[in-house]
Amino acid sequence: MTMIFGIPIQAFLGQLLVGLINGSFYAMLSLGLAVIFGLLRVINFAHGAQYMLGAFTGYLLLTWLGIGYWPSLILVPLIVGVIGLLIEKFALSHLYSVDPLYGLLFTFGLALVLEGIFRYYFGVSGNPYPTPDLLAGGTNLGFMFLPIYRGWVVIASLIVCIGVWLAIEKTKLGAYLRAATENPQLVQAFGVNVPLLLTLTYGIGSGLAGLAGILAAPVYQVSPLMGSNLIIVVFAVVVVGGMGSILGAIVTGYILGLAEGLTKVFYPEASSVVIFVIMAVVLLVRPAGLFGREEA
Amino acid sequence: MTRPNALLSVSDLNAWYGESHALHGVNLDILPGEMVTLVGRNGVGKTTTLRAIIGLIRKRTGALQFDGKDLMRLPLHRTAHTGIGFVPEERGIFASLTVEENLMLPPVVAPGGMSLKEIFDLFPNLQERRNSQGTRLSGGEQQMLAMARMLRTGVRLLLLDEPTEGLAPVIVQRIGEVLVELKARGMTVLLVEQNFRFASRIADRFFLMEHGKVTADFPADELEKRMNLLHQVLGV
Repeated sequence: MTMIFGIPIQAFLGQLLVGLINGSFYAMLSLGLAVIFGLLRVINFAHGAQYMLGAFTGYLLLTWLGIGYWPSLILVPLIVGVIGLLIEKFALSHLYSVDPLYGLLFTFGLALVLEGIFRYYFGVSGNPYPTPDLLAGGTNLGFMFLPIYRGWVVIASLIVCIGVWLAIEKTKLGAYLRAATENPQLVQAFGVNVPLLLTLTYGIGSGLAGLAGILAAPVYQVSPLMGSNLIIVVFAVVVVGGMGSILGAIVTGYILGLAEGLTKVFYPEASSVVIFVIMAVVLLVRPAGLFGREEA
Repeated sequence: MTRPNALLSVSDLNAWYGESHALHGVNLDILPGEMVTLVGRNGVGKTTTLRAIIGLIRKRTGALQFDGKDLMRLPLHRTAHTGIGFVPEERGIFASLTVEENLMLPPVVAPGGMSLKEIFDLFPNLQERRNSQGTRLSGGEQQMLAMARMLRTGVRLLLLDEPTEGLAPVIVQRIGEVLVELKARGMTVLLVEQNFRFASRIADRFFLMEHGKVTADFPADELEKRMNLLHQVLGV
């Protein structure tokens, strides 16, 4: 058997793949968090709940209405996104004039309420979501067995991350978003409807969490707690990448997923804390994060 | 008090920063095509007047009429669409945008703005550096960019806050030429300027501010007669 650093190569690559898949979710979720934080200055604690909401929306569309995976891939982000628009418009937007802590507390409370509702109706045990037929089965890569759906998750997440990044860096709407992140008042004085931009941004960020949720549904169990298990790691990713840095969130998401996977190979006991160790070290050495700009 | 054909008329404008009462009943007006300068010592409320007109200061009372529209009722993002462009003292160039993105950022609010070609003819440096990061430009180039991006939008009134501050004499002269060119094109300008020599060469009319109020106003041809007053108040 081929060995690498004294570890069978199958085990090594297998964990690397698990790391890459986890990293794909970290990247998609931290991307949405970073966009929201950058513009709204709100630390969106409801992000994990919106991810869970995405998975459940897909699950309920399937079990109640018989709507399958592929339409859900479009419908779920739209539904979760519209819920996000309403949350911003009718609640969050009233909190901008007060201390940012209120936004954090509000979204934290919202997360607890959402999770509580789903726990009440569905319990804490997970519900299975079938892998779509087209992506069922696996393929033998020679050195390892790759479930096709997991390969799809990695590709889909890359497409989403690159697409969002391009939209922010290369479009007019993205230029408004970048400018308003720096100086919202001046952008508004130029005649841009910044309050609407804030609403849209929160909607898009929520929609991204919903999309990650429906992508995750066939991989993990659809459970009310799936978001809170993930969100703390995702916050660590955002902190390591640099609060509000889009590219930082994406790159750090994948890197920390891989770091976690590698730790499982070499020192499994540390795998659940390695991300937080990295976060602590980064905070000590570069408080603004790997890609963050020091604020004046 | 304000002239009937004024493009902008400001009456009894009061404004506050939190609890601090900064403007105590400012009155001024500007005719179409006029270049008006607000002069006064540091801290008398010149910048505050501009920020209250554009709506960046929301705690304000009084009357603000622009082109027949009541500015007091408009949310901040609607004010620009009446045809007012704002060039802040700190210039407000965005670091995360290129020069060209900075230039294209403010939405067009009315027809009749300058084309990109006309703007680049007026500011050739900006064309050369269009792909640079906005804040990599020199101070003078950033000031040019801050003005240029407003000219694209078709605004009729430009609020210019200290455009020459901290710039080399050759750049100051260039900015003066640009303002003369804008005036020839019919642009109305409300200028706040510490550099009195600069202002005295281009302004049609002066409003002198003291303690959050306008205490005197006179056309440029009365400048000689008023020099004593200005010496006294400004120390120039």
